[in-house]
Amino acid sequence: MLDIFTYPFMIKAFFVAFMIALCAPCIGLPIVLKRFSAIGDATSHSALGGIAFGLLIGINPIIGAVVFSIVAVLSVERLRKAFGTYHEIATVIVMSAGIGLTAVLSAFIKNGSANISSFMFGSIVAISDFELWLSLILCAVVLVMTFLLYKENFAITFDEEAAALSGIPVRLINFIVMLLTAILVSVASRIVGALMISSLLVIPVANAMLISKSYKQTLTLSIVFSEFITLAGLFVSFYMNLRPGGTIVLMGVVILVITAIIKPKK
Amino acid sequence: MNNEVINVENLTFEYTDTAVLKNVNFKLYKGDFLGIIGANGAGKSTLIKLILNLLTPDSGKIELFGTDFAKARKKIGYVSQKANSFNSDFPATVKEVVRANLFAEKGLFKPYTKKDDEKVLSALELVGMTQYRNKLIGSLSGGEQQRVFIARALVREPELLLMDEPTVGIDAKSVHDIMEIIKNLNRNGMTIIMTNHDTPTLLEVSNKLLIFCEHGYEEFVTMSDLSLERISDILAGKRLHKHA
Repeated sequence: MLDIFTYPFMIKAFFVAFMIALCAPCIGLPIVLKRFSAIGDATSHSALGGIAFGLLIGINPIIGAVVFSIVAVLSVERLRKAFGTYHEIATVIVMSAGIGLTAVLSAFIKNGSANISSFMFGSIVAISDFELWLSLILCAVVLVMTFLLYKENFAITFDEEAAALSGIPVRLINFIVMLLTAILVSVASRIVGALMISSLLVIPVANAMLISKSYKQTLTLSIVFSEFITLAGLFVSFYMNLRPGGTIVLMGVVILVITAIIKPKK
Repeated sequence: MNNEVINVENLTFEYTDTAVLKNVNFKLYKGDFLGIIGANGAGKSTLIKLILNLLTPDSGKIELFGTDFAKARKKIGYVSQKANSFNSDFPATVKEVVRANLFAEKGLFKPYTKKDDEKVLSALELVGMTQYRNKLIGSLSGGEQQRVFIARALVREPELLLMDEPTVGIDAKSVHDIMEIIKNLNRNGMTIIMTNHDTPTLLEVSNKLLIFCEHGYEEFVTMSDLSLERISDILAGKRLHKHA
């Protein structure tokens, strides 16, 4: 047995990382195809605000992150409408609010910098049993909803007008996807890091889009890439004593560059 | 009447105080082919959007198959100018694009079945695109893409097909092929409503016309009521530009 699995915290980390890597492309694909990749950043920065708030008032930070992330995605949706064709401004405003809130609140937390930092860049050792189960349950919800809404998500991302005409409740499903994004970002903040999770939403999908020949294949390959970079990143970070979030993201970027260079013609 | 497909009565719609459609009235029956001709901005596409419930009329009513759009949804197909505005890098096959329009039959949360795939193949066969079913939609030419979008509308076996400038930006050979497909559908009893800048083509295929001048809706006529002189006026643009 590899010595990495002799540590209970590493087994927990692998469980959670496996689930997050499975979920991230499922949420990332519709977001990327709708050219809405920046929502991951806006949500993750707001999640940090929730983490700081959770640490400050003494509740589990992931719960704080979930609440703040949901408020963030709802705010982005509302602001997007207010700014019309300049709707990308909405993500920047919400992201700024999140990081501002984090900066202010962290000053009031005991060991604020160290605590917040572990959520920014991810930390394997810090996963509690409660967080393990919370993460697994929330990831399961994301997966089930993604599977159930597979055909609806495809139709909406391909042609929103045609989807609405065929009777798909477009606004409801867009709202559900935003909600799932908020949940995933919050759950992933512990292990991958809040500042890294948006990369996990986008990079595996971008990698798959370079070589895939259908929507289904894009989703499948995104999951394969996501699992590979996440699990391999965990191994490398453990043996080389690196931060797991950063290692995972850098591994994703390296593989993306390699794919872009050697990709076969579609 | 049982064969009535659409009944539009006193339909009025305006964009911020500018009346685009005023008191539009027409009825179509099974097998009719309505051509909508007129200048840019005269209200042709607005009418299509009103029929599709994408816009709400200020007054008047639209009945589809004796009921409203939501109840008649399954009987209606729509083809837009997508070949022009389509994102060619979207990772989807022809089959996936066509199948996406089966939602009204499936409902929420229900996965596709083999029967759905058979429907997709039948729709692709109608437009001669079966052999392209596993190709990426973005790898096709504009004409081929538009055939796929027609197949997407046909997969639900609609009784009424609305088409908004379906041949814009497509090469002449593809336009000819697409018009042949559309004529064939109409010959087999499908009711068709189509806007098109190509007035001679519309005059050839339509049995009813809605004519818009540059200031909006002008008249609804059947082809048999049109004299040669009026047809010649329309072709010369005189019915489209009142002050010409």
